[in-house]
Amino acid sequence: MRPLSIIFRRELGAYLSSPLGYIIAAAALLTTGILFQWEGLGGEPKLSSDVLTQFFYVASGVTMCAAILLSMRLVAEERQEGTLVLLSTSPASDLAIVLGKFLSAFALLAGMLALTLYMPLLIFVNGKVAVAEIAAGYLGLFLLGGAVLAIGLFASALARLQIVALLVGGLITAVLVLIYHLAGIVDPPLSTVFEKLALYHLHFHGFMTGLIELESVVYYAAVIYFFLLLATKTLEAKRWQ
Amino acid sequence: MIRSENLFKYYGGKRALGPVSFEIGEGESVGFLGLNGAGKTTALRILACDLRPSGGTVSIGDVDAVARPQELKTRIGFLPEHPPLYSDMTVADYLRFVGRLRGVSRSAIERQVQRTAEITQIADVAGELIRHLSHGYRQRVGVAQAILHEPALLILDEPTRGLDPVQIVEMRSMLRDLKSEHTVLISSHILTEISETCDRLLVLGDGAIIASGTEAELSARPMKSQRFRVGVALPDDGGAEGAARCVADVEAVEDVSEGAEEDGALVFEVTASRDARGAAVRALVEGGFDVVFLERARRELEGIFLELVQGKGGDDAAA
Repeated sequence: MRPLSIIFRRELGAYLSSPLGYIIAAAALLTTGILFQWEGLGGEPKLSSDVLTQFFYVASGVTMCAAILLSMRLVAEERQEGTLVLLSTSPASDLAIVLGKFLSAFALLAGMLALTLYMPLLIFVNGKVAVAEIAAGYLGLFLLGGAVLAIGLFASALARLQIVALLVGGLITAVLVLIYHLAGIVDPPLSTVFEKLALYHLHFHGFMTGLIELESVVYYAAVIYFFLLLATKTLEAKRWQ
Repeated sequence: MIRSENLFKYYGGKRALGPVSFEIGEGESVGFLGLNGAGKTTALRILACDLRPSGGTVSIGDVDAVARPQELKTRIGFLPEHPPLYSDMTVADYLRFVGRLRGVSRSAIERQVQRTAEITQIADVAGELIRHLSHGYRQRVGVAQAILHEPALLILDEPTRGLDPVQIVEMRSMLRDLKSEHTVLISSHILTEISETCDRLLVLGDGAIIASGTEAELSARPMKSQRFRVGVALPDDGGAEGAARCVADVEAVEDVSEGAEEDGALVFEVTASRDARGAAVRALVEGGFDVVFLERARRELEGIFLELVQGKGGDDAAA
């Protein structure tokens, strides 16, 4: 537990002491704000719940992009700079390294998402939504963000360069999102498999409308677990190569 | 302390190391010597538990380094070829981080950081960001992170790489001091660095150990060429060329250096394919020169090393 918390603090410090974390967070907040104004608050009058749904729709896309950008450096940068050896020859296990890094990026992402909270609260100026509905949406954003962070971390563990990590992470995420559309052109049971595997549509939709479905929670937890496990095994495998 | 048996490592289909077998005792300082690509870094990374071997065994103490690397990591300090430094941290923060990561207790961390900074002479830059440090200081910080937790085994991969002559001398002095507290393994392709800081050498070539021993043991190995120095009383003008010719005409003599004046004598360095000292002295005396001294040239490590890695003198030996 101790190495995990040491790595977590070091990584969080690295985000906060470099411009990268701030730039990504600022860009994400700006983009979310502009898109929310455009899609949610602007145009013809809408129901409050529709505005909230629009917010989570916008925020989910931005969250996925931010997660990929935040995660690309986690291992690839260490490999690029030659500092990974410091961790790999320390008593910290590969799992502690992966979890420490994941949690630090997740903490930053969570902080960034917390700063968007004023946007759904704006709905209360001229409308009314249930606080539980907002909470459910944010739970979905945390889970979706965590899943994409885990994918990005896995890509970062694979890659030697950050740009490669960005591309691989982006590609895996895009495939997992777009696989939903394949469901429409193939026959069952493959279509059902694609629908259930898809990262976004089926599983995030419930959260957007204030619904917490156990199946979706388990799905995102499984994605996080799976890709963190892959990242851990990738680090382990690199020692044998 | 370290026992390796039939250790080898493949990168894809390419053999980078082995099979090599060696033993290193506690408190020894051993140099891994070899040309670039000889397998030094691979061997050290395996010993530092950063890399797993493709086959063979390696144990440190009584612990199997392949099966139970986690148990060893607090007992090993490793400085890779490029020091693993976080440029966004200050030296002191970095050392505190490394100390905590390596299991140094909270109460001991400040004391250890201070002690290490004094040993490596980086106390004056403790508050500076690592990115602002010179190469020499970065290398010292690299050594500091390796010794911070007082490991029994210290592994340094080319610690003087890229340093200027003054920094090299300072680094060597530091390494000699570290020998008293740690078992030290150092790799280098620079012979003087290894011979001046290590008790014993393992010479690697093409992934295998081609010789091992102390500098004296390696120097005593039978080699294909013999070198000796012969001095004659300073001859008259033009006599130097005549003396050199006398020696050069001796059978088996391959090369004679230009005569150099040394302590009132004219000294020639002679390389021969076999022992030609007697014949050379006879030739000089018959040529009318007074031989004032004769000695075997000190076998320089460079010559031995070159013969070994070129496959002339290897014994495929293990220590």
